[in-house]
Amino acid sequence: MDILSFILNPFVSLYNLIRDALTALLLSFGIASDVVAIIVFLVMGLIVVTAILILAPVLMMYTTLLERKVVARMQDRIGPNRVGKFGLLQPIADMIKFLTKEDIVPEGVDRVSHLLAPIVSVIPVVLSFAVLSFGVGMGAVDLNLGLLFLMAMGSMATIAVFMAGFGSHNKFALIGGMRAAAQIISYEIPQIFAVAIPVMLAGSISLNRVIEQQSGLFGLGWFFFYVPVGPIAFFVYLLAATAEINRVPFDLPEAESELVAGYHTEYSGMKFGLFYLAEFLNMFIISAIAASIFFGGWQGPFVQQVPALGIVYFFGKTFLLIIIQLWFRGSLPRIRVDQLMNFGWKRLVPVMIGTILFTAVLLWFYRGVLDYLKGLGG
Amino acid sequence: MDVSTIIAQLLFFLVAALTLTAAFLTVLARNVFHAALALVGTFFGVAAIYLMLEAEFLAIVQILIYIGAIAVLILFAVMLTRGLMQHDQISFNHQWAWVALVVGTLFLGMFILILQVPWLQSGAAVTADTVPSLGQQLMTTYLLPFEVVSVLLLATLVGAFIIARE
Amino acid sequence: MITQIPLVYYLALAAALFCIGSFGALSRRNAIAVLMGIELMLNAVNINLVAFWRYGAADPLVDQAGIVFALFVITLAAAEAAIGLALIIAIYRSRDTVNVEEINLLKW
Repeated sequence: MDILSFILNPFVSLYNLIRDALTALLLSFGIASDVVAIIVFLVMGLIVVTAILILAPVLMMYTTLLERKVVARMQDRIGPNRVGKFGLLQPIADMIKFLTKEDIVPEGVDRVSHLLAPIVSVIPVVLSFAVLSFGVGMGAVDLNLGLLFLMAMGSMATIAVFMAGFGSHNKFALIGGMRAAAQIISYEIPQIFAVAIPVMLAGSISLNRVIEQQSGLFGLGWFFFYVPVGPIAFFVYLLAATAEINRVPFDLPEAESELVAGYHTEYSGMKFGLFYLAEFLNMFIISAIAASIFFGGWQGPFVQQVPALGIVYFFGKTFLLIIIQLWFRGSLPRIRVDQLMNFGWKRLVPVMIGTILFTAVLLWFYRGVLDYLKGLGG
Repeated sequence: MDVSTIIAQLLFFLVAALTLTAAFLTVLARNVFHAALALVGTFFGVAAIYLMLEAEFLAIVQILIYIGAIAVLILFAVMLTRGLMQHDQISFNHQWAWVALVVGTLFLGMFILILQVPWLQSGAAVTADTVPSLGQQLMTTYLLPFEVVSVLLLATLVGAFIIARE
Repeated sequence: MITQIPLVYYLALAAALFCIGSFGALSRRNAIAVLMGIELMLNAVNINLVAFWRYGAADPLVDQAGIVFALFVITLAAAEAAIGLALIIAIYRSRDTVNVEEINLLKW
């Protein structure tokens, strides 16, 4: 029975096992119990952080492979297939290439900004992993302001873009950086509005509470099914988030026909690798947020009985959303700057303001009906 | 002094030192772009101070508004007025020595004043999540200021647009 | 965290930040740098407000005036930055400078 429950919920069980063993071991040395609590807290925190720091690059590596494979199929090609079976070792070869390439620092760059920009672009993305919930009880931190934290981390990307654009001493980088920053702050508004809809429906801004609220209908009570506000909010979120991370069809900051490569034109070697890492991790993060707040995250049928299924559900939904974004990339042309700004400010923002008002009225009406029914029963 | 006090105070001094260093860089840096980056660092330090004061909501709002919006606005303005940022330009006006004197005296005066007042030594414990009650109060007790601030923001939006329009 | 750090520390930090900010606001030549100094001063005020809320309120949960005030200050700072930078950009367009010593049309 014990082994069965371990198989059904492997990661949480393993965590508890290590924690209990460590506590017992330290207590047997005769250390005071409050000091043991601090040591166990630190060690377990270190283990979780290490797990996330290993998970993030691995996810990024295989998302790049997925992107190359999927886009290749859409363009009637095969994609990488030389390194390993089905090209499965291709990401590792790419990493070795990044690490061994010459690190070129062009003349006239602003050294501080140039050096710090790739690091600043990666930090908020990795911090975002701390509040994601990968399965039943599998979040590193259960922050009561989780979604707000994720939005704050997303907004920090602008600083890195500015640093790269200004620090590179290159007109393409500068224009790309300005474009990216304008785009990110414009699309942040509809994105936060879209996230507000599930928050209103769930009555909480904690990511875990929002996921728990979607447990109805055998784990299928997802906020996406709350017609019409759920689907509207989801599609606005998907578009705004795609624009926020500068991907097709909103990849004007990196428009190669106009701007070479935008704000990371002057970066090479591992510094470019860090920008690349941040881009793909961002794609994973926004897909994970969308999967969590609109599609129930780890919620699904039988997840209460078999908690391990939650991990499968979460990653399945997240990768489906990633594939939708790759589908965008494989089929949509890039839009112009004026179209971009018009679409953000004149379409998405008014639609979201209307949706928020409608949701509020709907909730108020729904609550009134519930109170009335309760009055009848009492 | 027990272990937790020493750790807490060390943490405070570390954050305070980083915040003040970044603040000094903000006002002393010759390159305005570097000053703006140091300003971002100061905002981070202040967010950490909010966390130490158990105001998590305010800490996240600080990152979202100050770093995500105000710092970005400032960086935009720096870029748009970029032609003037030569490195050999003098960054202070002719009265900076007087200002330094006055500000230093002001700090000394405030510091002595702070040390002499018998402040409360510790606050009551926060028993539950402060965010729901904060939202409740914004919608009841502080409803009027809340609405006034929203009107002000709307006026700012229109005003900034009209002033900066070509 | 609250019982271990006296209120004086926060007040001293806020005072130092305020003085640094006012030095920047009064002595820089670049108008954007002046604005940055003002932002530093507002941050210092916010630290004081939050510290007094945390140490002074009888029940921090019921009486959140400090947090609410800090929120309003942040909102006003955003408004001030938007208007201030719009003014600076408008002046830069017409006068081709952001040096506050050269913006002296109203001086006789």
